[in-house]
Amino acid sequence: MDLLNYAFMQRALIAAVLVGITAPAIGIYLVQRRQPLMGDGIGHVAMTGVGLGFLLNASPVWMATAVSALGSVLMELIRWYGKTRGDIALAMLFYGGMAGGVMFVNIAPGGSNANLMSYLFGSLSTVAPSDVTAIMILAAFVVAVTLGLRRQLFAVSQDEEFARVTGLPVRALNLLTAVTAAVTVTVAMRVVGLILVSALMVVPVAAAQQLTRSFAATFAIAVAIGVTVSIGGTVTSFYQDVPPGATIVLLTIGAFVVLTALATPLARRRARAAAAAQPAGDPAECSIPVTRGAGDEVGV
Amino acid sequence: MTGTETEDDTVGEPVIAMRGVTAELGSRPVLRGIDLTVRSGEVVALLGANGSGKSTAVRSIIGQVPVSGGTIELFGTPRRGFRDWARVGYVPQRTTAAGGVPATVTEIVSSGRLARTRFGVFRKADRAAVQRALELVGMADRAKDSVTALSGGQHQRVLIARALVAEPQLLIMDEPMAGVDLASQEVLARTLREQVAAGTTVLLVLHELGPLEPLIDRAVVLRDGCVLHDGPPPRAVGQHALPGHDHVHPHAPAGAEPIRTGLLS
Repeated sequence: MDLLNYAFMQRALIAAVLVGITAPAIGIYLVQRRQPLMGDGIGHVAMTGVGLGFLLNASPVWMATAVSALGSVLMELIRWYGKTRGDIALAMLFYGGMAGGVMFVNIAPGGSNANLMSYLFGSLSTVAPSDVTAIMILAAFVVAVTLGLRRQLFAVSQDEEFARVTGLPVRALNLLTAVTAAVTVTVAMRVVGLILVSALMVVPVAAAQQLTRSFAATFAIAVAIGVTVSIGGTVTSFYQDVPPGATIVLLTIGAFVVLTALATPLARRRARAAAAAQPAGDPAECSIPVTRGAGDEVGV
Repeated sequence: MTGTETEDDTVGEPVIAMRGVTAELGSRPVLRGIDLTVRSGEVVALLGANGSGKSTAVRSIIGQVPVSGGTIELFGTPRRGFRDWARVGYVPQRTTAAGGVPATVTEIVSSGRLARTRFGVFRKADRAAVQRALELVGMADRAKDSVTALSGGQHQRVLIARALVAEPQLLIMDEPMAGVDLASQEVLARTLREQVAAGTTVLLVLHELGPLEPLIDRAVVLRDGCVLHDGPPPRAVGQHALPGHDHVHPHAPAGAEPIRTGLLS
């Protein structure tokens, strides 16, 4: 493992592991809420933050965190209030974010779109020591939220209306989800890139679902897949000199295809086991009432 | 808006009190001055045709529909200031069966217990409550199964367990019998009977009285957003006495014959 002798690779691998954990950890709630493309939208908005970072000579990672968190809160507010025009407002936010990024980088002193490229598609050699510190702090926040509030986030993502009647602070939890997703985008930005970050939020979850029946297992397997493909992609990128973001995403989709192929015989075996257990199953399901009422005429 | 008040001395304090409640969806008035009082220990059915406003009325009680006029009180507290949601169990009309990620029966039911926990930390008593709720609806043996593998009736039983797990004093159910198979209907009726016997107050939205009829103390019938009848359940009058009404099943494919053979033959 000679790649560990390079300081930049050590940093890249640390970042990759943290991306592999955090992206599926928040992504699972976005998938559960049926908003899998939210990460994509935040990624677009984060570009303005990167551009501002260059322009103001500030850290692009922290600037992107601030701007994408703001953008995600705005998206959540649009979801509440903009019933009919919501889609258009979101589209303007996405494209405005992207255009703002390109513009700010270009007018920044000594800036060019080449600087932006490493943020769009990820780059191993440019993960600076200060980036690693920022990524570790942000990843700790994401893990604390997604694990610590898992029951609340699960309830809100599963059935928002019921969660409100349970007395949960639904708005606050939705905002927290949005901000956490925004933070995850900036965690993933240096390795996977803003354009492809959403894939790492969604595809590991979709792949894990092929095997699981519970939310907890889906969470665990999705994170395991995320970490595996992030490390695998980073290492491959080092030896083969290919872009890390694209490698990681293609590996994730590969994992999805393999798990889907494995899941088919597994589902068949489960169905057989269920059928075998049927005679001893729930007697209420097969009970024949002595008398028949009008309710019996069910056209199921 | 008037209607006969059935003041029974054995029933207690008002648990739900709606006075002159109006609500609009878009610009269309859906509730046009609803008065509805449900007292402690009562079982009240809210009946009416599709579009009569019965679901909207229930959703306005739990704060899911903005009201434009009138007052709503829960346990004597104006609804806006009501925070004691653990006392209310809600069973929504079943629409989206599952979320975008697999979840087990236990995971779904556990989410109903959050009203009774501090910061979502589950203790032994909370796990026991989940187990008890699953046993109440006869789903304990399916605890580890994914909800996507359940039938419509079993899914409904899970949603009722999710409402019961917080041990509520008021149970609000929106069309609990819609699309539910006979076996589950019997389980639901039995579960409800046990809850009522234990003193739970119940407000049910129903399309027809059906197997729950013996439990119901009072029926409130809505039409076009107004209360048409408030009193003893209408027996063999109104909608469900119309020939053929019982046999309309919107979930069946068009032109499907009621199944008369199979399990029941």
